[in-house]
Amino acid sequence: MTWRATVEELVREFRASGRIVIVGASLAGLRAAETLREEGFTGSLTIIGDEPYEPYDRPPLSKQVLKGWVPADHTKLPRMREVDADWRLGVAAIGLDRAAKQVRLADGEQVPYDRLLIATGTRARQWPNPDEAALDGVHTIRSRDDAEQLQKELAEPPSRVLVIGAGFIGSEVASVCRELDIPVTVVERGSAPLVGALGGVIGEIAAQMQRDHGVDLRCGLGVSSLEGDAAGHVRRARLSDGSTVDADVVVASLGSIRNVEWLEGSGLAAGFWGVGCDAGGRAFDINGVVTDSIFVAGDVARAPHVLYEYQFLAMEHWDNAVLGAEAAAHNMVNLEPNYRPHLLLPGFWSGQFGVNIKSVGVPPFGDEIVFTQGSVEERHFAAAYGHRGRIVAAVTFDHGKWLEYYGKLIEQSGPFPPPPPGWDQPPDVKPMPAEFPDPRVPTAIPDVVLTGHAPSERTAEFRPRHR
Amino acid sequence: MRIVVDLNRCQGYAQCVYLAHEVFRLNGQEALTYEPNPDDARRLQVERAAAACPVQAIVIDRLDGEERGETS
Repeated sequence: MTWRATVEELVREFRASGRIVIVGASLAGLRAAETLREEGFTGSLTIIGDEPYEPYDRPPLSKQVLKGWVPADHTKLPRMREVDADWRLGVAAIGLDRAAKQVRLADGEQVPYDRLLIATGTRARQWPNPDEAALDGVHTIRSRDDAEQLQKELAEPPSRVLVIGAGFIGSEVASVCRELDIPVTVVERGSAPLVGALGGVIGEIAAQMQRDHGVDLRCGLGVSSLEGDAAGHVRRARLSDGSTVDADVVVASLGSIRNVEWLEGSGLAAGFWGVGCDAGGRAFDINGVVTDSIFVAGDVARAPHVLYEYQFLAMEHWDNAVLGAEAAAHNMVNLEPNYRPHLLLPGFWSGQFGVNIKSVGVPPFGDEIVFTQGSVEERHFAAAYGHRGRIVAAVTFDHGKWLEYYGKLIEQSGPFPPPPPGWDQPPDVKPMPAEFPDPRVPTAIPDVVLTGHAPSERTAEFRPRHR
Repeated sequence: MRIVVDLNRCQGYAQCVYLAHEVFRLNGQEALTYEPNPDDARRLQVERAAAACPVQAIVIDRLDGEERGETS
């Protein structure tokens, strides 16, 4: 028997009767499980999730769920096929022993694996002062339970909502508040909403949009403290300029934290920006050596991206979870040269203040921006981001049909400013600085981040305010 | 029934809104919002909406409840 035949026999045997464990029971974990079965994996499949719920979709939580149109438990994800898995829901993974090939669970159980998929995602960054964070009426939004509780309080309705942090989630919450005719104050440390993700030029447009809808938007300010009443309910916030805001609901939308703590001591390249992996989803160890049996997908993965100078890219995007999971699962049950890369052109959407904001590429990789179509005044436009004469991203406000055009240019490393699409061009087409904040400034962490070149690199750190 | 709309793919053509307006809505000109777990009575409407989507962005559950095998 040749070596080749032996290896192929091993893979066949693994596919028939191997043990795969998926840690993380959300979008990425579910789609990975479905892909494994689709690819003919008939061995044992265990899916571990810390929440007690079967996989559900998160984007609706900060939109139609908060608004009260859709109940929080109506977000269960559709299934592509049966997965015939052993679901361990409501119990977190707390450790990984790579030598023994076991995942340790919070209830003390050890789950053995032959191959492991890490899809533990992110969690909401909590308000840094634990006593203040524990006040009634102080929220973050990440889970179904979070959204359900906040929705109840918005339905009361509160006299005023305070949103801390004007990234996408914070802006969507503010939008829902205005749709419900609830007074809302948004406090953002950066110069404008969405500035980390889309830069200052677009941020100014987003700021104007919020103000036009009656949001009390205060930029360049932080919240120093939250104050509660005798019953332990939040009533007031003190801002860094000494002013105060009376509010009985506070939503801290301070970005997310990657769920990597359970990997401590495992020797994997896991850190602030997630778990380093190659473009096929295979995890790196701390020495930069790729592992054979551990894969990563979804928000917690960071992999080098060919379009962005092979920097490691971390993406908290919906289709990154779906497509990354599909690629990783395929590679878990196949052999070289049949590995599949996960080379996604990043893309996101956000509905807020009646406008559909969409993007492709990595806007913060750009340093220039040019408005290419439509009208800023009417909030119906497309703009492209450039870096050294090349188009690297595009954003649209209610102009989503054109994203594909820009996406194709980005994939081909097309020129910046891009060739005009031949329709609906503004009179003044001139590139200008895109005005992204210094990445070291601890504010408005975007949901797609270039994290440098080393598997375990850590180039920025959020530092909570200490008083 | 369960659905999810791939909103990266959605371009706001709003065909689904015309065919199943209790399930799909536009918030403004282009931002689609929807009920992810519509009542089974709407299945035919939703299937027509999914079929009519020019960019095929609507994903419908392919399993019945019993086959999912979970408790919650």
